[in-house]
Amino acid sequence: MANYLLIDFGSTFTKLCAVNSEKCEILGTASDFTTVETDITEGYQKALSKLFEKIGNKIKFEQVIACSSAAGGLKMAAIGLVKELTVEAAKRVCLGAGAKVDLVFSHHLNQSEIQQIITGKIDIVLLAGGSDGGNSEAVIYNAEILGKSGIKIPVVFAGNKSAQDQITEIFNKYNMNGHICDNVMPTINVLNITSAREKIREIFLKQIIEAKGIKKIENDINRVILPTPLAVLDAAKLLSEGYLEEEGLGEIVVVDIGGATTDLYSICSSSKRSDVIIQGLEEPFAKRTVEGDLGMRYSAPGIVKSLSEREINFINKEKGVDIVSEVNRRYSNVKLLPENNHDEFVEQFLAEMCAYRAMHRHCGRINEVLTPMGKVFNQVGKDLSDVSYVIGTGGVVIKSKKQYDILKQTTNILHNPSELRPNDPEFLVDHEYIMAAMGLLSKIDPMVALKIMKKHISHIRGRQDETSK
Amino acid sequence: MKTIVIGVIGADVHAVGNKIIEYTLSKSGYNVINIGVLSSQEDFINAAIETNADMIMVSSLYGHGEIDCRGMRDKCIESGIENILLYVGGNIVVGKQDFTEVKQRFIEMGFNRVYPPGTSIDEALTDFKTDLGE
Ligand code: B12
Repeated sequence: MANYLLIDFGSTFTKLCAVNSEKCEILGTASDFTTVETDITEGYQKALSKLFEKIGNKIKFEQVIACSSAAGGLKMAAIGLVKELTVEAAKRVCLGAGAKVDLVFSHHLNQSEIQQIITGKIDIVLLAGGSDGGNSEAVIYNAEILGKSGIKIPVVFAGNKSAQDQITEIFNKYNMNGHICDNVMPTINVLNITSAREKIREIFLKQIIEAKGIKKIENDINRVILPTPLAVLDAAKLLSEGYLEEEGLGEIVVVDIGGATTDLYSICSSSKRSDVIIQGLEEPFAKRTVEGDLGMRYSAPGIVKSLSEREINFINKEKGVDIVSEVNRRYSNVKLLPENNHDEFVEQFLAEMCAYRAMHRHCGRINEVLTPMGKVFNQVGKDLSDVSYVIGTGGVVIKSKKQYDILKQTTNILHNPSELRPNDPEFLVDHEYIMAAMGLLSKIDPMVALKIMKKHISHIRGRQDETSK
Repeated sequence: MKTIVIGVIGADVHAVGNKIIEYTLSKSGYNVINIGVLSSQEDFINAAIETNADMIMVSSLYGHGEIDCRGMRDKCIESGIENILLYVGGNIVVGKQDFTEVKQRFIEMGFNRVYPPGTSIDEALTDFKTDLGE
């Protein structure tokens, strides 16, 4: 009998998922509040008792592994040279490593930016800049100024390879916690994620987890292996690609609407068309974007921030709510649970806005250029038109009575016909909230993780009839 | 090795000459960064900054070169690569205009060298060598 316990120390909830690998079954799930401020074991023990209660008895686990986004998650600063190139590449590497990118800087750093890195409680700095053989002046300047500031947090250098030796010297000279890896953009518009991402993961395991108060729980669990978003990304990749003879779902999009952020994952190629000219930095096949201003609680005010007064009045009248006070209520009480129809109605509306907006920022755009030979298309970003499935996860999606209406927003082109949103996907929901857990399980037993996901990530509730489609 | 950024500016999709230029320059011993067709001024400048390029070579074939190139030197100055060599060639304006005037206008815009239609890359190679101090 192989029983595994998979834990997600989230920012608000500690979520447990017990799995039996022989039967390919979920034995049970349970959750309680994350208690990282006091002692993380408290919340964990509470959730564990609930879990045992549900299962009916105390069972032994072969392995207990966890992912974490507690205590602010993995907070990174991405530094590059030019905004559209190495800055963007550095940002994508951080996001692909499951980090929150709190700070983004370009060109030469100044003292105020250095201060922001220090006061912003950044966990890791990713320093990029220059293609291989290209500009090395900027990264050397930036390494030097970071060194002089006495920063002790890990600095990962992933810039121009020709500058590596000088950067190593600077790391040594200032006794920095420095790490060298491959350039995130070795040549113009080519993205190289792997080396830097693995380095970030390694540092997260060795150095960050301790600082996040998770060390305390080390005796109870075997290991914390991933930042939570990376676990979700790994799960999404597995579900899309399949494993050995077990087929995956093909190209997918996952939308995860949380309290603090809305995360979007797309597992697909940039374009399948031969009549487009693709511009800009190469897109990762497995791409994650994070919207720090779109969330159901901490970030609820962000949802209305970009609306004009007219739009707010329109919504208030149309929906019969006071949207500004509703988002503020959620912001000031992040533990709020919907109590009545009115609350549910507002939750639904906010979730729809998050899904719509997050996709607006994630998907690519296409424009026509006319020639006598016909149209030529110019594409920037990823073309999601052909993805087969859009999968919803996160508390608000799972609890919603109208899941279709939330997920449908990811395909809503509205006023932007140039947006390459999913065209006609099927909608699925992670009803048991297991994606992060399955990302963890995929590290031990990918086959079981895949089979469980295929069984439990299933059709939506509240599908509208065809006319409203 | 000297680095040259090449590409076709504006909404211009003429791709054939661009490939020939890449081939010729690479064979002549340059590190060529080809950003391809449909490239904006910013695309050229960004690539030049990241690669620490010595020269930007703009192609324009469809006749709107003058509009597409306007202000490019100013952007280079703003971006800290004020001394980079700027070349332009192809069919940079519409029809048969007096090229000395055309050339003068591009020189005033800050281009170092301006080539009339029909100039091949091989013909321009000696200018590169002089300007790059080789
Ligand atoms: C093929 C072609 C097309 C194809 C392009 C296919 C493709 N994706 O490549 C299609 C059909 C799409 C097309 C469309 C158009 N085209 Co067209 N096209 C041509 C054609 C017939 C050949 C171009 C070519 O490939 N030449 C071969 C290559 C090797 O030569 P090249 O491009 O000139 O490049 C060489 C030199 O110019 C030089 N060079 C280039 N850049 C630089 C830079 C420097 C610094 C130096 C030193 C040298 C240099 O070196 C290159 C290599 O040897 C030319 C006519 C011609 N014979 O040139 C018209 C031509 C370029 N097109 C023309 C026009 C007007 C158009 C359209 C606007 C037509 C329309 N009304 O819609 C559209 C524009 C589309 C767009 N948005 O870009 C005009 C331009 C007129 C002008 N500038 O005054 C031309 C000259 C035809 C004409 N005589 O009217 N076109």
